[in-house]
Amino acid sequence: MNHKDNRDLEEIKAALQAALPPTNAELRHDLWPAMLRRMESAPQRVPWYDWALAAAIVAISLVVPRFIWVLAYHI
Amino acid sequence: MSLLERFTKGDPDAFEELFRQFQGRVYAWIVRIVRDPGTAEDLTVETFWRIYRARGRFDSQKDFGGWAYRIATNLALSHLRHRPLQQQLPAQIAADDAPDPAVQDEAKEEIRRAVAKLAPKLQLAVTMALIEDRPYREIAEALGIAEGTVKSRVFRAVRILRKRLRKLRVMT
Repeated sequence: MNHKDNRDLEEIKAALQAALPPTNAELRHDLWPAMLRRMESAPQRVPWYDWALAAAIVAISLVVPRFIWVLAYHI
Repeated sequence: MSLLERFTKGDPDAFEELFRQFQGRVYAWIVRIVRDPGTAEDLTVETFWRIYRARGRFDSQKDFGGWAYRIATNLALSHLRHRPLQQQLPAQIAADDAPDPAVQDEAKEEIRRAVAKLAPKLQLAVTMALIEDRPYREIAEALGIAEGTVKSRVFRAVRILRKRLRKLRVMT
């Protein structure tokens, strides 16, 4: 980095800080209630093995229709 | 069992404790990048939501803060990429204003516009290093890149800004 680069950097820094003053970074309130709301609103994801099981049941039912009665009995 | 081990095992109390320990620091980091308190609050919650979902993949021997900062930085960068240009970089949030009389309002507006037009990666580097005065090392860790890369991004941004502001006669 040469002298001119340094001067440019300082000049730009001063201009930026005048136009965009450093922020007040203090958190104004506790975000835990918002976190809880976020967790509650998240859609429940169905795991892949549940989908696989459902697909297997449908496939078996198509091949062996009597399986539906066996399944209904066990449910 | 340590707090981080409990967290990775899915203990909700451990997550709450970590949230309370780190929410202020994560928020402070994000608000410096996006410069809007409401957006920063939303992104802080989103950061912890991602942390919570990824808890099973986190190595409890590693630095939780560093991990949280990286997730927060990526979210903030993504926000910068997707927000419309006219909404970028509000000049002021609830900080004390210390206007420099030498820089007129119009010039300030041009400077804000020039920063907002930078590529998000350069914008983040210049905001954190030059406006917020954060150390290069800290920025590099949050971005998961080398310190030299942060410096080179800052210098690239400075060159671009200098060129634009000279063209607009904001700077000599």
